[in-house]
Amino acid sequence: MSINKRFLLISRSAPYGTSAAREMLDIALTCSVFEQPVTLLLLGDAVLQLIRDHRPDEVSQKNLNALQASLAMYDIDRILIPETALQKHGLSTDQLSIPIELINAEQLPALIAEHDIVITI
Amino acid sequence: MIFTLIVQASPYQHQAPETALRFAKALLRQGHTLHRIFFYRDGVHNGSALVSSPRDEQNLPEQWQALAEEHDLDIVVCIAAAIRRGVLDATEAKRYERRGDNLHSAFELSGLGQLVEASLASDRVITFGG
Amino acid sequence: MPTLHTLNRGPSHASCLEECLSTMANDDTLLLIEDGVYWALPSHISVLNDVSHIRALKADVLARGLHQLSGTELVDDDGFVGLCTQHDRVVSWF
Repeated sequence: MSINKRFLLISRSAPYGTSAAREMLDIALTCSVFEQPVTLLLLGDAVLQLIRDHRPDEVSQKNLNALQASLAMYDIDRILIPETALQKHGLSTDQLSIPIELINAEQLPALIAEHDIVITI
Repeated sequence: MIFTLIVQASPYQHQAPETALRFAKALLRQGHTLHRIFFYRDGVHNGSALVSSPRDEQNLPEQWQALAEEHDLDIVVCIAAAIRRGVLDATEAKRYERRGDNLHSAFELSGLGQLVEASLASDRVITFGG
Repeated sequence: MPTLHTLNRGPSHASCLEECLSTMANDDTLLLIEDGVYWALPSHISVLNDVSHIRALKADVLARGLHQLSGTELVDDDGFVGLCTQHDRVVSWF
């Protein structure tokens, strides 16, 4: 695929309660299969997707931590979280399942502007 | 300009598909191109041929079908999202040994690659969510 | 390189608007659609004081009986399409 567009996927949802987190990752992996650069931005409750040690077999769901761990293999290494979202939930980066990039709230408008396609889920 | 629309909400319960339909009609009226409409998440229910609205209410799947036929549109329902929610074409109904299929004939079941491909081919990608 | 933001959640979903506003640049436009048009009520509109360009989708304002109550500039469906062409990208908040 020769055309390249920069994709930004924005999630606002916590995991398991709805399918949003899972269905965002499915789009991210598909972008990667098509060799398109993709950034994930987790706002608000979406930071809760990255809490470690999920045991979703208790609620008969597949483990999102495992899917998250596979992102690096698909060259999806730009996963951004605003510092304020972590603070809101009293979390720190060392409590998260995968390495992420912290972003200041002031940088968010510029982040949007550097992407061609923004899909919210 | 070339547009792709992503519809993520089901008809009737949420207004978003109706907004998307009006938006699609407006852009076509203005002479723009609609490359694809991609139905994802609960939006897959827009492709159900079993939706049966009272006579004095709008039937979204039929409206999508009419618009698609009038303008020769590519209207795609995400296959992974659809089979989990019980929207099947004849092939998938057979594969999963279901007794009937319900995807409206104007729609096509296909993968998320169709969303990415459409995004690459379009100037604007607009999401209608609920 | 301005962005058009659409928002379809009303005042009971304040975090949706909050997260939308956190990503908006000064020259971006906010288009209120569906339940999002309730933010245009006089009792809520001050939350949008920092947004330079606000529009509300006419059909949704009329449908909800807000046309007598809100002074926000309206756009019809053709105007919605026009806004999409005048901005470089569209971000939907829902």
